[in-house]
Amino acid sequence: MATASPSTYSAVTLNINGEKHTLTVDHRTTLLDALRERLDLTGTKKGCDQGQCGACTVLLDKRRAVACLQLAVAAEGREITTIEGVAEGDRLHPVQQAFLDLDGYQCGYCTPGQICSAVAVIEEHAAGWPSAVTDDVRPEAGPPPLTPEEIRERMSGNLCRCGAYVSIVQAVARAAENDARTGRTAEAAQDAHDAQGTQGAQGAQGAQGANHEGAAA
Amino acid sequence: MREFGYERALDVPGALALLDADPDARFLGGGTNLVDLMKTGVERPGRLVDVRDLPLDGIGTAEDGGLRIGATVTNSDLAAHPEVRRRYPALTQAVLAGASGQLRNMATVGGNLLQRTRCGYFADVTKPCNKRVPGSGCPAIEGEHHNHAVLGASGHCVATHPSDLGVALTAFDAVVTYETPGGPGELPLTEFYLPVGDTPHLETALPPGALITGVTLPPAPVAAASRYRKVRERASYAFAIGSIAAALDVRDGVVHEVRLAFGAVASRPWRARAAEAALTGAPAGAAAFAAAADAELAAARPLPHNGYKVTLMRNLVVAVLSELTEEATR
Amino acid sequence: MTTATTGTRTTGHAVGTAHTRVEGRDKVTGAARYAGEIPFTELAFGWFALSTAARGRVRSVESDAVLEMPGVLAVLHHGNAPRVDIDYVGMLGMPPDPTAAVFQHDRVPHAGWPVALVVAATSEQAREAAEALVVHYEEEPHDVTFAAGSEHPDAYSIPGPGGPGVTGKGDLEAELAASAVVLDAEYSTPEEHHNPMEPHAATARWDGGRLEVVDSNQGTLWVADELAKMFSLDPAAVRVRSEHVGGGFGSKGLRAHQVAAVMAATVLSRPVRVVMTRRQMFSLAGYRSPTNQRVRLGADAEGRLRALEHSSLSVTSTVHEFIESGAGPARVMYDAPAHHTANRVVRLDVPTPTFMRAPGEAPGSFALESALDELAEKCGIDPIELRVRNEPALGPVSGLPFSSRNLPACFREGARRFGWADRDPRPGLRRDGRWLLGTGTAAASFFAGAMPSTAAATAESDGTFTVRINAADIGTGARTALTLVAADALQVPTDRVRVRIGDSDLGPAMIAGGSMGTRSWAWAVTAAAEELRERLALSDAVPPEGITVRSDTTAAVGALTQKERHSFGAQFAEVAVDVATGEVRVRRMLGVFAAGKIVNPLTARGQFTGGMIWGISMALHEEAVRDRNTGAHYGADLAGYHVATHADVPLVEADWVDDPDPDDPVGIKGIGEIGIVGAAAAVANAVWHATGVRHRSLPIRPDRVLEAGVRA
Repeated sequence: MATASPSTYSAVTLNINGEKHTLTVDHRTTLLDALRERLDLTGTKKGCDQGQCGACTVLLDKRRAVACLQLAVAAEGREITTIEGVAEGDRLHPVQQAFLDLDGYQCGYCTPGQICSAVAVIEEHAAGWPSAVTDDVRPEAGPPPLTPEEIRERMSGNLCRCGAYVSIVQAVARAAENDARTGRTAEAAQDAHDAQGTQGAQGAQGAQGANHEGAAA
Repeated sequence: MREFGYERALDVPGALALLDADPDARFLGGGTNLVDLMKTGVERPGRLVDVRDLPLDGIGTAEDGGLRIGATVTNSDLAAHPEVRRRYPALTQAVLAGASGQLRNMATVGGNLLQRTRCGYFADVTKPCNKRVPGSGCPAIEGEHHNHAVLGASGHCVATHPSDLGVALTAFDAVVTYETPGGPGELPLTEFYLPVGDTPHLETALPPGALITGVTLPPAPVAAASRYRKVRERASYAFAIGSIAAALDVRDGVVHEVRLAFGAVASRPWRARAAEAALTGAPAGAAAFAAAADAELAAARPLPHNGYKVTLMRNLVVAVLSELTEEATR
Repeated sequence: MTTATTGTRTTGHAVGTAHTRVEGRDKVTGAARYAGEIPFTELAFGWFALSTAARGRVRSVESDAVLEMPGVLAVLHHGNAPRVDIDYVGMLGMPPDPTAAVFQHDRVPHAGWPVALVVAATSEQAREAAEALVVHYEEEPHDVTFAAGSEHPDAYSIPGPGGPGVTGKGDLEAELAASAVVLDAEYSTPEEHHNPMEPHAATARWDGGRLEVVDSNQGTLWVADELAKMFSLDPAAVRVRSEHVGGGFGSKGLRAHQVAAVMAATVLSRPVRVVMTRRQMFSLAGYRSPTNQRVRLGADAEGRLRALEHSSLSVTSTVHEFIESGAGPARVMYDAPAHHTANRVVRLDVPTPTFMRAPGEAPGSFALESALDELAEKCGIDPIELRVRNEPALGPVSGLPFSSRNLPACFREGARRFGWADRDPRPGLRRDGRWLLGTGTAAASFFAGAMPSTAAATAESDGTFTVRINAADIGTGARTALTLVAADALQVPTDRVRVRIGDSDLGPAMIAGGSMGTRSWAWAVTAAAEELRERLALSDAVPPEGITVRSDTTAAVGALTQKERHSFGAQFAEVAVDVATGEVRVRRMLGVFAAGKIVNPLTARGQFTGGMIWGISMALHEEAVRDRNTGAHYGADLAGYHVATHADVPLVEADWVDDPDPDDPVGIKGIGEIGIVGAAAAVANAVWHATGVRHRSLPIRPDRVLEAGVRA
């Protein structure tokens, strides 16, 4: 009978950012803790450890997931991408560049999760997935344009307590616009830009009122 | 979190055997609920049998023309599936209204149906809870309960079932299929969850050792015109305080067929059969919708701070059925 | 490496030009390391065990069984922990909150009080052992109920961050009696929690004879000074570093985790890290007290105030006094012949509250600015016009002149851009499908103080400059702002300046708090940099060791003329309310501020809008619930305590008007807090405009909207 005490540790090989890491893990160890405390990949953040904030978002087999609820032992065999693996060498991913240029963060702690999530949002949208704010989810309706409202809903699993949401959404829109696969996203980004102007984005003081576009020029 | 063993099952018989061998073992699906509950000490399994790699991740057409959804299909794949979106749009909407993109990528259909209540007393091992520790009491009844049940609860437990997906499945007569070491079985979702009574810790009618293998949706032409609406305390990434899955077929101004299920108001997704009965054959209009809602909600037994849910559900029935009527006649 | 978006090669114009964050690349690549992320060999992990009793004594801590568990190294509790001294006054002029001085006695003053720290070789082992630790209590009856109403038999008044406890002039009852229009309303705000995304984390270790703490805080010297006093150490023997901070909002001062980590590192002679769990933060990290407030206003027929009374009641713990000064804003915003304000506090068996983004102003402005809106309705006067008519010439309580007061300019600019002129003041008239629409406005102010700081500016031999100032960048963009300030003072491009912050060895400087950080630090940086530039003008070459100039603004800050110094702002919100479901959505928001010189428009906009988004969150979502029976929180996590997420936040815009102050040597005012002030009131006022129903209790949750219904 297997009721004898089971082993509570396993040797696992984790495929992270294209590199294989072999280590022995306590089965209790989450992927998040394995990354942060065993592999010195501290870019993935621990905000709540309960799947309630999104700070630990990583990509598992190219899909976004929260690393805090993913046991490390159960992640063996999966392709894991963390924030450290998003850029191509020294060249930032377009999402990273847009966050940097448009100030899509403040304290920076939720940022790796927001960026990993945004990378996946653009993929999910390109795959035609609807969201909770998509009017008509039937496939015949076609994929919804990636409007600011769509971006907000899709990014809602990533809390930002600093309240950098406005510039995060602008950054995601810009990165989507630069994504070659779909013309609709560019249109949506234009919508985001237009919406920015509804209350007049220009500063009341010329020199001090550079808007987001100016900031990134 | 207690130390535990871990095994990854590769086929259904293997999974059943691993579970059968250890009374302290639990199946692990996406882990979005179980791992959280293990961290908070609510669940303390001695062994996990990981079923995510089982070949149960397909969505296909059943013999009767309905849909067969594998137990390990992720919420994301379910929501994105063209047949689901075309034939059961409320199911896609319900899934997309739940959790976040990250969690939907991890969570599985089988796990979703087995997720535990989000009652804050249940989730906190320092507090009493009849569901977690039978006989310890239900502090919600005298304490915080503004998001607790108004239908089908008991003096022993007033917790709600948190699933969105389950509400849509309930409206569409879903049947849960499972395997046990003794052979397969099935349960209509409306009979899957046990009444609360004085045993709130006993939640489902699944036999011991059973593994959910999938969910079958019978053909339901009415579901093509369906909608899920969820009300919550922020615009996204929050559990419902009230939700509704509705499908409506109106012919010549008369309700030919209607499906209604409520979420976040009971210990299970609540099929509103009294409302459906009151509506079938009635003229499609706000007055009939309200009367039907009242017929269902006559059974409501609100606590001092959750009576608003009765108003909310009544309003949701009227609003969503009115929208569906309007769209049908457009 | 500095990445300037504009102005890299021109000099003297960095301030006022948008500049991306100097540490931005590290933040978007995950390279920026926060407190819990610096590796140490032999690191051990501490995990708190918190009291389940809400009041009483610890009878026993059954540590023997836990010490047998795998990996467990120590169990610290009141029976064995090192003794510390709490009889001192800290850097901020306050005695320490004894909540931070863990394990000194057996008393339990509230649920969630730290009763033990379990230290183990891995975090998994520490967690399981802490959860397995059995603690026996002698429980006593507790009282955690903050009853409705602005009166309480045990309430008393103390001074707080908003000034004296009570102020008063004029005969209130007589002026109310003589008023054409009178408003008397009670408002309440719930217990709110900072919830920075990065949980509190500290690693302590002894390095030779020196205590080193890597921490996440809002002021390294503040924490170092308190640790030195608490552990009776030479101040020079304590070093606290805090390079990147994942949000603070007032919660990241001296807390239980640093003290426990130092104790454990001392006992075990190895590095120990203590990180609070999200749940533990609800009882260990401080919070904003709930408030019950009463506002009485009397005005003549033209809306000019004759009487203003604002009293605010908040809670504190039984072991420490902290008062949420809700009546503070009235002392700056509006004058009246009879003007009375009072902040009172009542002690309950709860954790000690603390500073939280715009302490006093955030809840106080909700009540006061809602009351102004109600008065405008009663008077039949536009709410902006009512405020303009009540602009005071002098500080209503101090009698001092304002250094600048550009509130009317904020309203003018905001009204123009928001489209306020087209507004029909009648409520409940506008509909878009299932949504009723409404707009609302409110005024904002925040104290613009400065505190002495020191800085050092070094000209390096390679032509670059290093500025050292013990600032904290908790997400405000301070590191970048100070780079721009230094570059202009040195008359060099920003990419030749590097700024070092977040290390107690850098010397005394203001903390990131009270919206005074950047103003205070910039002052010291400017002084050092300008003097360095003068020195360089006289010298031929920079020696290999560089040339360093130090500054200390103590005298300059002390010499500042006594005036009412504040930033001001006008908040505008449009909301949609579905009265059938109770859902409220903010559709757009605009804030226009007069906040001195804006150093970096890119990051400044984020500070303002971030505060405004806190206002949305405060208005609609945030509420910590305490279970009366256990005295502990219900749903103490980010699923139970809702903060606004992406989908709750529409296009929120912020901008600013000219706000020069020729009398002020820096010209910079703080911008971290004013964004939240008045924001919740603007939302609540818009909800009234949409539905005709006043919501005087926050948050405006769906159940409350449903129960309140619509005005018939």
